[in-house]
Amino acid sequence: MSIATQDDLNVPDARYVRVAPVEALPPPVAARGVVGWVRANLFSSPANIFLTLLTAALIIWIVPPVIEFVFTHAVWSGSDREACLPTADRPEVGACWAFVRDRFSYFIYGSYPIPERWRVNIFFAMLAVGIVWMLRLEAPRRDLGALYFFVIVPIVSYILLTGWEAIGLRRVDTSLWGGVLVTIVVSWVGIVFSLPIGILLALGRRSTMPAVKLLSVIFIEFVRGVPLITVLFMASVMLPLFVPDAYSPDKLLRALIGIAMFASAYMAEVVRAGLQAMPKGQYEGAMAVGLGYWQMMYLIILPQALKITIPNIVNTYIGLFKDTTLVVIVGIFDFLHTVEVSRIDPKWAAPTTSATGYVFAAIFYFIFCFSMSRYAKSVEARLGKADRR
Amino acid sequence: MWRWGSGMSISQHSGPPKVSLIYDPKVRSIAYQVILCAIIIFLAYSAVRNAIDNLARAHIASGFGFWNQTAGFDISQTLISYTAQGGTYGRAFWIGLLNTLLVAAIGIVLATIVGFLVGIARLSKNFLLARLSAGYVEMIRNVPLLLQLLFWYNAVLKALPDLRDSWSLPGSIYLNNRGFFAPYPIFSSGTELVVAAFVVGVIGALAFGIWARKRQEQTGQQSPVALVSLGLIVGLPIIAFFAAGMPATLEFPEKGRFNIRGGLEILPELVALVIGLTLYTGAFIAEVVRAGIMAVSKGQTEAAGALGLRTGPTLKLVVIPQAMRVIIPPLTNQYLNLTKNSSLAVFVGYPDLVQIFTGTVLNQTGQAVEVVTITMAVYLTISLLTSMTMNWYNSRIALVER
Repeated sequence: MSIATQDDLNVPDARYVRVAPVEALPPPVAARGVVGWVRANLFSSPANIFLTLLTAALIIWIVPPVIEFVFTHAVWSGSDREACLPTADRPEVGACWAFVRDRFSYFIYGSYPIPERWRVNIFFAMLAVGIVWMLRLEAPRRDLGALYFFVIVPIVSYILLTGWEAIGLRRVDTSLWGGVLVTIVVSWVGIVFSLPIGILLALGRRSTMPAVKLLSVIFIEFVRGVPLITVLFMASVMLPLFVPDAYSPDKLLRALIGIAMFASAYMAEVVRAGLQAMPKGQYEGAMAVGLGYWQMMYLIILPQALKITIPNIVNTYIGLFKDTTLVVIVGIFDFLHTVEVSRIDPKWAAPTTSATGYVFAAIFYFIFCFSMSRYAKSVEARLGKADRR
Repeated sequence: MWRWGSGMSISQHSGPPKVSLIYDPKVRSIAYQVILCAIIIFLAYSAVRNAIDNLARAHIASGFGFWNQTAGFDISQTLISYTAQGGTYGRAFWIGLLNTLLVAAIGIVLATIVGFLVGIARLSKNFLLARLSAGYVEMIRNVPLLLQLLFWYNAVLKALPDLRDSWSLPGSIYLNNRGFFAPYPIFSSGTELVVAAFVVGVIGALAFGIWARKRQEQTGQQSPVALVSLGLIVGLPIIAFFAAGMPATLEFPEKGRFNIRGGLEILPELVALVIGLTLYTGAFIAEVVRAGIMAVSKGQTEAAGALGLRTGPTLKLVVIPQAMRVIIPPLTNQYLNLTKNSSLAVFVGYPDLVQIFTGTVLNQTGQAVEVVTITMAVYLTISLLTSMTMNWYNSRIALVER
């Protein structure tokens, strides 16, 4: 639309005619800035106002007591239960962090002999290097990293943690292991074994050989159909019956076998989903250039299929990490069990000891699982970016 | 083998070029399978041999003879009658199974409610509500269920006041560290009429639903299905209840000095288990619901709007039916997970299948193979039945394409 000027209208005295467009008015105060945001997002309708008030009430009901418990009323230092008992001038006692400080090394190492704990620290450090190497998709030589993570670290840390008299490392029985050490060992063994076994099972399930396919399906569906506890029970009470007495595995090994079996079955389904997502042309192309089955899988299919399943693999690992808490059923002192044992220790028996221990454990698990899920999300976003181009 | 040098002679041969048997894919595949089966059979055979040897050495009986032996232990919650003296291991098994199913049923209903509410709340335009729901989901999903169960049981329910200082709510409801006590209805004769009315109501509601759908398909006219169903299912039994002269009375729990008598007693173990399972599975269901609703493309809502549908009918007729197709399969998975996770009852001492059977019965009889096999078979049956139903349902609602 063109704007009529004074000349076109031929009315020289028409002073009311505008010659330029008016500047747009800013939106009303009520619709911009903080006020506008609050009106749009919190108070846009009666129902919305009601929801906001309800939610606010819920937050006010929950958050201040939690902050009081964790921070303001908490006891930060002390040597035994006396510090955390309510007294006349302090009727409300919050978290007993003194208890966590006192038991901290037990939570980390369990009963691992104190002079040998440097070995555990080296294990943690080695593992951390491997994890960073594997997780950073742009890290150099990730093939070497995989070798390091899946082969070198397991062998070295096995020698390091159990001991080898020949090179001067005292033997440490696995019954002394505990705390975060056991949680990490169990989940890591699950991670290391579940991926290759899971891949084999997934390939087996898609195999054209009926016997291979049937056995894979039976294993996967059987393990996925029962609770982890029963698998652990099986590993702990039935496994010793099935092997000659002399080779009966120790408690930790039994739990590890159970966890590895369980995780493999779930991993197999995750990998299978990835294999199914591969377009048929990839298989046909690989066969057309004359690759054999394993070459085709190793060079063409698996690299692509595993890449798109990374988020799901990490999610399976999160589940596995949380499930390691169940190994307590076969009598292993994982992190949660060390908390559980410490909380009923008479030395620290106080009204809030239990809650403190659980809150501490929850923070520990939350940090691990939450960062894993963030990682899965970021990989997903990165892969999605490549697809959206 | 086939070489370039012998190319000239091809024309003289007829049929495919001769290859060594080792390179024949069919022969290879059969050989692989035979080897694999041989290994499996060998492993199974040696496992059985070892098991027989080990059991004989430990003087443990085998077979299912223990099923009818007297159990001799008490169970804190029994839905069917059981006594320590008269009960057998077999009866203990059924009690455990029923308790597992009870906790799974309650958990599934509550977790579905929590999950749908939170999943929808997380998509709400209300900033505060969406954030709170997101916080709940992230918090619960990233902490092990076992830790949550122990927290509810040991840190919350065990920390409730003891019997003398019970929290009492209006209507004779008591809450203390021994559990949750509430009035319990006792039915007298005439209840059959109410039950019959309920059954008639359900059948009537189903019939009306079918009739209403047919009518809509033929004439396009809609009927108030929800109202009529509500009236039939709830209203009819209420009328029958009064018509039969109110055949039920409430038995109120009475607080004594040392215990609470009468009424409905719910064990703290059950309460902890239900709270834990509900909140945990609810968080997962919330994610399932959110993903399902987000999977319905925005164009569907806009098209419904363009056709003149208002928000309510848009949700009911356009969004929810399509979202349900995405939601149902993972939702069933969550139900199965909840049922399997109810085996964590053993950690809080709730007498479920695992606690009674794989725990106490296994310890008393020592027959690990039989007991663990039976337990696994139960869970496997539940899983397989569910996935069969699921496959049937999926094939029914699957999109028919071309």
